[in-house]
Amino acid sequence: MSKDNNGLSRRDFLKTTGIATGALVGGGLLGSLITHNVTKENVAGTGKNQGGGEHVGDVFRGRMFFTNLNEFNVLSEAVERIFPEDDLGPGAIGLGVPYFIDNQLAGNYGSNAKEYMKGPFFAGESTQGYQSRLTRAEIFRQGLAKMDEEAKKRFDTGFASLEGNQMDEILTAFQKNEIEMKGVASEFFFKLLRQATLEGAYADPIYSGNINMDGWRMKGFPGHQMAYINEIENEEYMKIEPQSISSMEH
Amino acid sequence: MVKTLDKVDVVTVGVGWLGGIIGAECAKAGMKVVGIERGRERSTADYLMVHDEYRYAIRYELMQDLSKETITFRNNRKMRALPMRQMGSFLLGEGLGGAGTHWNGHTWRFLPYDFEIKTLTEKKYGKDKLSADYLLQDWGITYDELEPYFDTFEKTAGISGEDKNPFAGKRANDFPTPPMIKTPILKKFEKATSNLGYTPFMLPSANLSETYENPDGQTIAACQYCGFCERFGCEYGAKTSAEITVIPTALKTGNYQVRFHGNVVEVLKEGGKATGVRYVDTQTGEEFIQPADVVVLTSYVMNNAKLLMVSGIGEMYDPDTGRGTLGKNYAYQILPGATGFFDEQMNVFMGAGSLGMTIDDLNGDNYDHSELDFIHGASISITQPGVRPIQTNPVPPDTPSWGAEFKKASIYNYSRTLNIGGQGASIPHKENFLSLDPDYKDAYGVPLLQLTYNFTEQDRNLHKYLTEKSKTIMEEMGAKTVMPGNPITDYDIVPYQTTHNTGGTIMGASPDDSVVNNYLQHWDVDNLFVVGAGNFPHNGGYNPTGTVGALAYRAAEGIIKYSKNGGSLV
Repeated sequence: MSKDNNGLSRRDFLKTTGIATGALVGGGLLGSLITHNVTKENVAGTGKNQGGGEHVGDVFRGRMFFTNLNEFNVLSEAVERIFPEDDLGPGAIGLGVPYFIDNQLAGNYGSNAKEYMKGPFFAGESTQGYQSRLTRAEIFRQGLAKMDEEAKKRFDTGFASLEGNQMDEILTAFQKNEIEMKGVASEFFFKLLRQATLEGAYADPIYSGNINMDGWRMKGFPGHQMAYINEIENEEYMKIEPQSISSMEH
Repeated sequence: MVKTLDKVDVVTVGVGWLGGIIGAECAKAGMKVVGIERGRERSTADYLMVHDEYRYAIRYELMQDLSKETITFRNNRKMRALPMRQMGSFLLGEGLGGAGTHWNGHTWRFLPYDFEIKTLTEKKYGKDKLSADYLLQDWGITYDELEPYFDTFEKTAGISGEDKNPFAGKRANDFPTPPMIKTPILKKFEKATSNLGYTPFMLPSANLSETYENPDGQTIAACQYCGFCERFGCEYGAKTSAEITVIPTALKTGNYQVRFHGNVVEVLKEGGKATGVRYVDTQTGEEFIQPADVVVLTSYVMNNAKLLMVSGIGEMYDPDTGRGTLGKNYAYQILPGATGFFDEQMNVFMGAGSLGMTIDDLNGDNYDHSELDFIHGASISITQPGVRPIQTNPVPPDTPSWGAEFKKASIYNYSRTLNIGGQGASIPHKENFLSLDPDYKDAYGVPLLQLTYNFTEQDRNLHKYLTEKSKTIMEEMGAKTVMPGNPITDYDIVPYQTTHNTGGTIMGASPDDSVVNNYLQHWDVDNLFVVGAGNFPHNGGYNPTGTVGALAYRAAEGIIKYSKNGGSLV
């Protein structure tokens, strides 16, 4: 992926979409795409090389939610066990998943902003889904503290300094609902943690995870591509260099 | 302080496909129409950042804000109904275009059998094929009567397809545009199903194979196969939806207006007539009354039923006595299928929502049910929608769900896995219904709709039989490992299944067993029309939008007729 290719694919997009850009999208958008194309460099991502995209200027990454470093370390070690580094490529830590989760917990995801959070609250049946009065942010904070507490109980040390198999034992206990949590079941917290890990590994890098698009690269997912109309009849499997949606912004 | 606005000819509640169709047809006929939409305006220009799985598919960017309104759910009357706090099993829409913005575009005509299901089933298999607990009924209209409206909807939407389904109802005209590209993945299914004696054909698609101008002069672009349809809007204007067709058509007349951020809370009536609707401006909190000669409910299944209930229009269904019609015959969709793990890698990330091939040999009454313990069936399809990495982590049986082994297996199989699936019919049961929740309320103080639903024996039998058939097809396709769908037990509102909810405001030939007549005109209030998949007395073996679109054109014709002559249209 080079910038020239980016420019080309944008022009292709504007050409193929024809009527859409002319009649519906309107000149304002067309103008802004072209202007940005010549004035702005790719500043997406986390500061690493974005698969050929240039990095200009400083991009800062940081914790917006967890203030206590140990909490963040527990989270980091746990998600790395769920999605570990191996010969295929980076694990959750290398992909920035802990930062992804932290940043998400600080926003609408963490506060369940688009979800029905009015009482009264009852446990309900499993077929009725999420019935906790706790937000995701509250569940994560409690869950990580419980994981650390469980580590100390079982192994006399904090979760972040455990051996891998000891961490797995504790994660499995959460998964099997063997840990007592307040206002939520531990299996539910585990499901959230697992799902958030996959989200951080494979979401567009604009969300601070999937660093360098390496999650996509491992999986063979090309991310944001304008079109496959010219490739979709190919019998052969195609390896395509991934591209972030942030490439639409310049 | 409620402010009463100037009267209009027609007011619609919600502006998706149905509000758009009614709006366009009535405005073209010279009527003054206002559509009240609780969401915001949006168009193709808003979808440029749409190739973002996390934002759109996982965090539901385009869907209903449940903090304002949701439903409550229980599996049966003995359970306490609790709110659906998060989106899951189905995805409710919001904003201009509604759920029709984030659909895949499968556009079917229900089978002739569907519209006369009770008569035809009893004729062939006798009255006792299903127990009396299944509330099977005819629709009060036949396929042939509805054919011209199917034709109109398909022409408006420019549907791409091929007339090669031997089981389909007779078509007056061919599809407006040719079928989509038959990809290598689709060809595997075509070959396997042909080998097994079935008749595969290209799935009728609202992702268009070529640029098309519809009879209203609206242009729909050609699909680019980018792989982001379901849960997304189309940045090319190539997935037909209301905001690129019927809504601009309505606006062009000068007789149509959409009022955004308006949440309708009540249908007003006086002396057996609807007089208008009351709504809240969700930005200011002000309340308005919009008087109208004709009121049309064109929101989703759930909200259409809820508005009738909170407005006290019609008799609530009572599962103990079987009396009442409002809320009865809620149905869903049964989803048999199989997953196949292959040796070779395939371009699974390319695709379009409706890119697929289908067999109809096991749908409706296209095969003999004499020896089977269920009726109806499913269209069985392979689709190549473009699968994305957060939601698609396929692993063979007995693989752990996290850790090193999971990572390797899910990455390895991502590009080596195909699914075939059935859209299975859902037959209404006396214990499956919609009502009002006594405890939980929405952001405007109106009770939430309550859903009481569970799978039935009919559903389980249908699912089992067709899952077995799907497994055989997948084996014939050459999969190394085939994983049939798990048998269904209790309905679970958590995992996504399908946004094909139906019933609750059903149509029919008599006010004794239906809410609206075959013009979707309310039996008790003749200037009130209720339009949508809520009109389906049962759910058929296909995606619903094609049939819903046809019904909307039928309703529009009825509204125009009514505005001239008044009275009942049947």
